[in-house]
Amino acid sequence: MIKVQNITKHFGAFAALYGVDLEVQPGEFIALLGPSGSGKTTLLRIIAGLEFQDGGQVLFNDEDVSSRSVGERQVGFVFQHYALFRHMTVAENVAFGLSVRKGKNRPTKAAIRARAEELLRLVQLEGLGHRYPGQLSGGQRQRVALARALAIEPKLLLLDEPFGALDAKVRKDLRRWLKDLHTQMGLTSIFVTHDQEEALELADRVVVMDHGRIDQAGTPEQVYMEPATPFVSHFVGETNLLPGGLHVRPHDLEIVTDGGDPVVVDNLFRKGGFWRVEGKLAGSDTVIELDLDASLPPPALGTTIFIRPRRSKTFPQTGVSP
Amino acid sequence: MSSLATPFSVRKTSWRQPSVLPGFGLTFGFSLVWLTLIVLIPLATIFLKSAGMGWHGFVEVGFSHRAIAAYRLSFGTAAAAALINAVFGLLVAWVLVRYRFPGKRFVSALVDLPFALPTAVAGIALTALYAPRGWIGQYLEPLGVTVAFTPLGIIIALVFIGLPFVVRSVEPVLADLGRDVEEAAATLGANRIQTFSQVIFPAIAPALVTGFALAFARGVGEYGSVIFISGNMPGKTEIAPLLIVTQLEQYAYDGATAIATVMMVFSFVILFGLNAWQAAQRRRLGA
Repeated sequence: MIKVQNITKHFGAFAALYGVDLEVQPGEFIALLGPSGSGKTTLLRIIAGLEFQDGGQVLFNDEDVSSRSVGERQVGFVFQHYALFRHMTVAENVAFGLSVRKGKNRPTKAAIRARAEELLRLVQLEGLGHRYPGQLSGGQRQRVALARALAIEPKLLLLDEPFGALDAKVRKDLRRWLKDLHTQMGLTSIFVTHDQEEALELADRVVVMDHGRIDQAGTPEQVYMEPATPFVSHFVGETNLLPGGLHVRPHDLEIVTDGGDPVVVDNLFRKGGFWRVEGKLAGSDTVIELDLDASLPPPALGTTIFIRPRRSKTFPQTGVSP
Repeated sequence: MSSLATPFSVRKTSWRQPSVLPGFGLTFGFSLVWLTLIVLIPLATIFLKSAGMGWHGFVEVGFSHRAIAAYRLSFGTAAAAALINAVFGLLVAWVLVRYRFPGKRFVSALVDLPFALPTAVAGIALTALYAPRGWIGQYLEPLGVTVAFTPLGIIIALVFIGLPFVVRSVEPVLADLGRDVEEAAATLGANRIQTFSQVIFPAIAPALVTGFALAFARGVGEYGSVIFISGNMPGKTEIAPLLIVTQLEQYAYDGATAIATVMMVFSFVILFGLNAWQAAQRRRLGA
């Protein structure tokens, strides 16, 4: 079990983390979700030992590892831009973690080679071991990086925006594949992302961070349906802010004929199985987005429709939030 | 041109692919003319001039005992100096890239100074320092180390002249080498020495070789700074460029060109070899 207790971190005058607490159970797949500057990457790097906290502790199985170096913590780390060793072949990259071991901890050459091959098979890059990273595609490189991280049999797999540099299709395939791998190998994984869709799709638990604090940690369902703060409501999924401080998801709005708030429709397009209708609340600049069943005829542009939330959420201090 | 008439014709020359980058013909032609005028024709005249003296005469002057000693000294000291520069230039580049410290810009500008300084000035200054009664020389003398008027002095002058080449070649590559690559090595359990020798060094080695080659080439041809500190004793501390000048002063143009030709061929072979190695490296990295 990984436990992070009351972690604080400053970079000069900038406070990156204010007293963060987090527990990760074995086998969990955790997403650290937040905008840039929220402290999510800093937290990941502190858990890895690539960065050291100013205060608080990091515990691996109730053992304080705060003062241990990154090498001693035995974590697998996957970098956003792969960080592969360009002058080594793919197989040499994967074998690196084993070949730098000292004395009797180091397996024989044949054993290292066999392990590298096994890992390459696992990441579906069999037969590409002799290539150089420069000869691979982005998605293949990221899989090499993953195989390399897994070679040291890490207790914990940490991934920093692992799909950030990939195009949409590859990203989606790799996402699903990573999820399977995580389950299959019984890993404990934490990944950082700013993509809420990615977090909701992959993670067992989503930790939403903002300005160096954890706003909410919960299942994707909880985070989406029961956001703990206005920030979470806005950052995870889309949210309309209606008069009276009501936070409403686009699919929780319906067109009504008896009362409701008037909205002037100014844009309309098809979004999968929905019509996405965009407009402004009559007499104001408040943008409203709603999703309507695509089997029904959509409202015409320029017309005024009346909307009412089926489901909404209010926050104690709202009315002024963004 | 012809590609307009037969748009689907298969081109025989595979090195000339149709490209959206315009002006290949123009720029390539211009480069060729330029190189011919600036490099090739002057070099060709050296060959022609030395060819005029016949094979026998050429060997007699170009491979005389004095000339061979001079080549050995010039190439040997240039190689030694370039090697020293490779080590310490790498260190300087490392410090300039990795750390922030007050006066960094000043230090960086200092590195380029050998480029700008008239080399004779450097030679005179170094001689003054390292002469047996000079500031540094007086302390080395009791230790039995004489710098001025020995090959060691030549090496010091060439180290001074060649430093910027290594620093400026390595610096951008080192800066470009992401922190994440080192961090990756650390997460995989490599210690600092392993990280340097297995990850950082191989990545910057091609740039280091470039720097070495430039410093070496410069060292072989260097004249101004060396003649003051070397003492110029024939067969002992007489460098090949000086031998050429000596020949010229005696109006022995053929002899001068013969020596120049030998130097040129050696230099070209060495530089070509280094370039070929680098090209192979680059291909391997897929860059």
